[in-house]
Amino acid sequence: MTRMFTFHPLQRSPRLFTRNPAGALRTLLLIAACIVLMFYDHQRGHLEKVHAALSTVVYPIQAAVNAPYALAGWAEQKLATHSALVRENASLQKQLLTDSAQLQQFQALEQENASLRDLLQAGQRLDGQVMAATLLAVDMDPFRHVITIDKGTRAGVFDGQTLLDAHGIIGQIIRADPLSSEAALITDPTQAVPVQINRTGLRTLAIGTADPGLLSLPYLANNADVRVGDLLVTSGLAGRYPAGYPVAVITQVQRNPADPFARVSARPVAELNRGHAVLLFFPAVAPPLPSPPQTHSVKKPPKGKPR
Amino acid sequence: MNFVLRRRANWVIVVTYLVALLLSIWPLPDWAEAFRPAWLLLATIYWCLFLPHRVGLLVTFGVGILLDALTGSLLGEHALALLLIAWVTLKLHLQIRVFPWWQQMLVVFLLSLLYSFVLYWVDGMLGYTQGALLRWMPVLITSLLWPWSMQLLGMLQQRFQVN
Repeated sequence: MTRMFTFHPLQRSPRLFTRNPAGALRTLLLIAACIVLMFYDHQRGHLEKVHAALSTVVYPIQAAVNAPYALAGWAEQKLATHSALVRENASLQKQLLTDSAQLQQFQALEQENASLRDLLQAGQRLDGQVMAATLLAVDMDPFRHVITIDKGTRAGVFDGQTLLDAHGIIGQIIRADPLSSEAALITDPTQAVPVQINRTGLRTLAIGTADPGLLSLPYLANNADVRVGDLLVTSGLAGRYPAGYPVAVITQVQRNPADPFARVSARPVAELNRGHAVLLFFPAVAPPLPSPPQTHSVKKPPKGKPR
Repeated sequence: MNFVLRRRANWVIVVTYLVALLLSIWPLPDWAEAFRPAWLLLATIYWCLFLPHRVGLLVTFGVGILLDALTGSLLGEHALALLLIAWVTLKLHLQIRVFPWWQQMLVVFLLSLLYSFVLYWVDGMLGYTQGALLRWMPVLITSLLWPWSMQLLGMLQQRFQVN
């Protein structure tokens, strides 16, 4: 009898007609709950505790997905051949030599800068500290440029914290959970970075375009002094990002006399590969640093032409 | 005895949902990311179709919130889309069950169209309007995967006596 009404040959429902499992009241209540959740979640700061609890619940799933990649990285280290290690060592030595040579020059420049600032009676620049973190190898929503890192509030991560890599700004933390954190990349369409053109000091905003290799600068006047190849650094305005870090390189400038603004696009200098090491920036003043593990002080990168 | 067995087989449902969640965040190459099938949608449709007295709206709401937490979307976004699908499936489960496989595929196509539409709608209100064409790729792939996932889940259901 049951067979007659069901297509699926494996179906062995004990009841032919189940009681109504999709009652109107229950459906409406749950849908309303979803809408209320979305509404409050959109206004950041209301659901932090819920997010913290949920992130702890889903962390094992993220860790499980990340595990094969972590294992592959570990195995690569353990099983690397002697010659490969020697080669890597040689190239790292070379890199270190070049970098320390640049650093010597930089120390002299820093002192010169400090004395000039003294003469101008301007305040001293404060250096921050950084902490290393790793991108988790998990995919987030494909239409948002959001990443997950393996450090959370327990390691001192806070909302709005700047995320860097060896080349420049990656983005900022948009949600710090106890064990992991979410960060929005500068290419996310909801993000804008206050930048200045390193060559001229002209200040503007670099806006995310949802294209991973493209930032747009819509607020540069048609006669603005901007050229292809100019480096954009953070201006430090708005107080979110620390000043003076590389963000992007101008790739295209289109000037149309009919438009008030030039069409300028730029390519981010930071690299965003999976399993990539990133750096969390801790400003030297408030918010205070709750003694995060493995921190070491970092100097501001020298301003100059992009490599 | 029957009662004990029935309760014990709960883990099969939990495992299928867990696998669907794992697959939803499994890292894919960048070009393939937009083609990722909506795994959780397939699991939800299957269980609501063939086990409506045990997997209903509350379970769907729960896994939807977990998916939101995993993918970094707005809390409640995927839950809302899945809830609507689950509601339609539960309402029509007796009809959809007796459909031949290609008609079921058509139903899954329409349901995942609704699913993608709700996600696009919420994202659009937040300003994520890019990739309008790519958003419909998972609809096609999810519905093409339906017959296989139904066979697989059916085998699991029979093997472990989940009913």
